[in-house]
Order: sequence, then C-alpha cells, then structure tokens
Amino acid sequence: MAIDYLPLLILVIIAIGFGAIAVIGPSLLGPSRQNKQKLEPYESGMIPFADARRRFPIKYYMVAMLFLLFDIEVLFLYPWAVTLRELRWQAFAPMGFFLILLVFGFLYEWKKGALRWED
Amino acid sequence: MDWLNLVILPAIRVIIMIFVLLTGAAYLTWYERKLISRFQIRYGPNRAGIYGLLQPAADGIKAIFKEEIIPNHVDKVIYLMGPALALIPAIVIWAVIPIAKETPAIADVNIGFLWILAIAGVESYGLILAGWSSNNNYSLLGALRSSAQMISYELPMGVFLASVLMLAGSFSLVELVQNPRPWWEWIWLWAMFPFFFICILAETNRAPFDLPETENELVAGYQTEYGGMKFSLFMIAEYINMITTSTIMATIFFGGWKLPFGILQNVVILGPFVLLAKVLVLLFLFVWVRASIGRPRYDQLMSFTWKFLLPLSLVYMFITALLTIQFK
Repeated sequence: MAIDYLPLLILVIIAIGFGAIAVIGPSLLGPSRQNKQKLEPYESGMIPFADARRRFPIKYYMVAMLFLLFDIEVLFLYPWAVTLRELRWQAFAPMGFFLILLVFGFLYEWKKGALRWED
Repeated sequence: MDWLNLVILPAIRVIIMIFVLLTGAAYLTWYERKLISRFQIRYGPNRAGIYGLLQPAADGIKAIFKEEIIPNHVDKVIYLMGPALALIPAIVIWAVIPIAKETPAIADVNIGFLWILAIAGVESYGLILAGWSSNNNYSLLGALRSSAQMISYELPMGVFLASVLMLAGSFSLVELVQNPRPWWEWIWLWAMFPFFFICILAETNRAPFDLPETENELVAGYQTEYGGMKFSLFMIAEYINMITTSTIMATIFFGGWKLPFGILQNVVILGPFVLLAKVLVLLFLFVWVRASIGRPRYDQLMSFTWKFLLPLSLVYMFITALLTIQFK
C-alpha cells in the first residue's frame, strides 16, 4: 500500500528541515569577528601556493568504474536471493551462469592489474 | 481523524526518534572517550558532572556558539550542503529498523533491506561534496580516499547482505527477526560476522580504517575547512552511523529485540532494552578495535577488499544458495 510509505516521506522532510536548521542556525548565534587569516585555506600554516582543483590519480576513477559494474550486478542479486526459496534450482542455474561470467570478468581485471594500487 | 493518524502521529514519532538519535550520538562520544581513556590507563572526561556525564552537553553548547567561518575560496552552496547531506541519511536510515516486537522505528514497510542499502549509498555524497567544495588539498584527498574506500567496502557488504536475504527469504527486517531460525543458520551467519564487521568499520570510516582523516598526513581529511557546528554535524553523522550499523548488526546476527531461546517473548516493553544492550556491546567492539589496532596502508586497505573480501563474499553467497535450496 502506498499509504504505508507516507511516514517515510514525513521522515525525509523533517530530516531535511532539521539538516538545514542545523547548518544555518548556529551562524545566527555565534560571534562574528572575521579577518583575512581566518578565511584563507588551511595548509598547516604554510601560505597556500595553488588551487586544489587540479589533477589527481586516475586510480580513484578506476575504483569508481569497477564499483559501478559490480554494484549493478549486486543489485540483480537481491530479488534473486529473496525468491530463491520458491524457485530453487530453476533460479539457481541462470544466476550460476551469470556469476561464472562475472567471476571470469573479475579474474581478467585482476590479471590486467586494475586492482593494483601501487605502481 | 485521518489527518491525525497519517501525519501528526508519524511526525511526533520522527521528532522523538531524531531527539533520541542525537542524544545517543552525544552520549556515544562520552562512552567512547571514557572507554578509550580506560584502555590507555587514564580517567577521561570527569569534570563536567559526575563521571563527566555532562561533557556531551558542554561540547554541544560550545559547538553551537562557535563563530561560523565560511572561507573565501570555497564553493559556498555545496560547502554548506556537505554537513547536512552527511547528517540527513544517517537519520533517515533508521525508519525501518525494528526496535520491539512488530514495531519498526517509523514505518512497517516490506522493503526494509532495500531502504537501508539505498540510503547507505547516499551517505558518501555528503563527504565527497564537502571535500570537493572546500577547495583545499587536504580536503580533496581525504574525500577521494573516503569515497573510494566506502564504495569498495560496500560491494562485499552488499553480497553478504544478499546471503542474509537468501536465508531470510524476505526484504523485511521485522520478519527477519520474527521468523525462527534453525541452529545451523545461526552458526553459518556468525561465521560471516567478523568479515561483515570489517566492512562496517570501513563503511563508517572508523579506526583502523579512518585513513580519510589520518591526522599526520591529511589533518582532518574532508573536514579540514569546517569548524563549529558544521564540523560537529559530521561528527554527529559519524556517531549516528555507528549506532545505526551496530543496530543493524544486532538485528541481523543477534536476534534484534529478542532474548535467546524465546525467553520473555511476549513482554513487548523489554524489546528496546534488549536491543540497547546488544548495541552497547557492539559499540564496545568498535571502541576496542580503535584502541588496539593501528591503521593499514591505503593500498593494503584497497587490496584487502578487492582481492580478499569480495571473492570471499561471492564464495559465501554461493554456499548459502546451496544451503538454502537444500534445507529451506
């Protein structure tokens, strides 16, 4: 029933309101004595020499990509896992085939060095 | 009448829940500091109130009345959204967790697990947006690290949860606790608990996997440019996440609000206290690990999940599928 989900909606709305108040509210309460040093980027007391918007290792991108692939496969697992009791071997066989393909893909990426962090 | 039942009562429940969670998070800091100091043979907070029990209140008041600084170089809107986006999912995820017999915290829907997984996926946005918008080298690196770590450990955790779903045969957490389980199922689940706990430690960015906030290299990671209440919101979110994940683990592995062997099964009022006791023990585990184990290197952290936990979780799920077909 859709009406069962109404409390979830109420919860989300109240939580968002609470988050907004918690972020904005304290700035009305505290003192405000700002100067140039306070508003500079923190770099352990050094004078910041460059913007942080620059290139960073591609490894993070790689991890995100592999995660996307695997996470979508994991999503397929949930409905399968819940109905396995009723469908038994009938559901096990196709998912087994799918998982074998997945494992081969995983081994391939492993051998290709996609999981190697240090180079 | 309908209006009252549909909107006002749930809203009151939500507000009570938020209040309980915030108090819980505040007192968890006290619990942790007290325990950590005992591990290190010192007293910990003991000045504000007896046993330092007023310390969380003092900290809270201090954080609220701090000067709010928004540095010049940040992306203001996203910078302000960061802490809120970390806190909101931490609260929202609580809706479906059962706290007493047939009583979930907010809504009795039959998609409990999906809700938890979906909201857990949103949690990393707050951190990465905070780190990116801060426009600070420390923040950026911390955010990259924490998001890479969180998504990597989400995979084995997801596959482990799929195995739990298989044994439960339902998406509902209420049913998961309510349905009786055979003895082999308990043993099989407990065999997985240590690995699941490791995933949870990495998911919540707790020690020994707090590499995003390694003080000596990244200062405070994605939180570096935040101060006052905005910094506290990240802390509150982290501590609420600890409570949440402990409760989820207590629900999945240790029978939630139930006492073992069906003792006092019909005393509904006992449920929350039993659950609280289990959660406190699991939180003790978090602190114990933090006090005892040093951080791994980042490459060790990543290869541990991709090369060990993920294959292990797939094998575990395969065997669980065979067990389910055979015995259920």
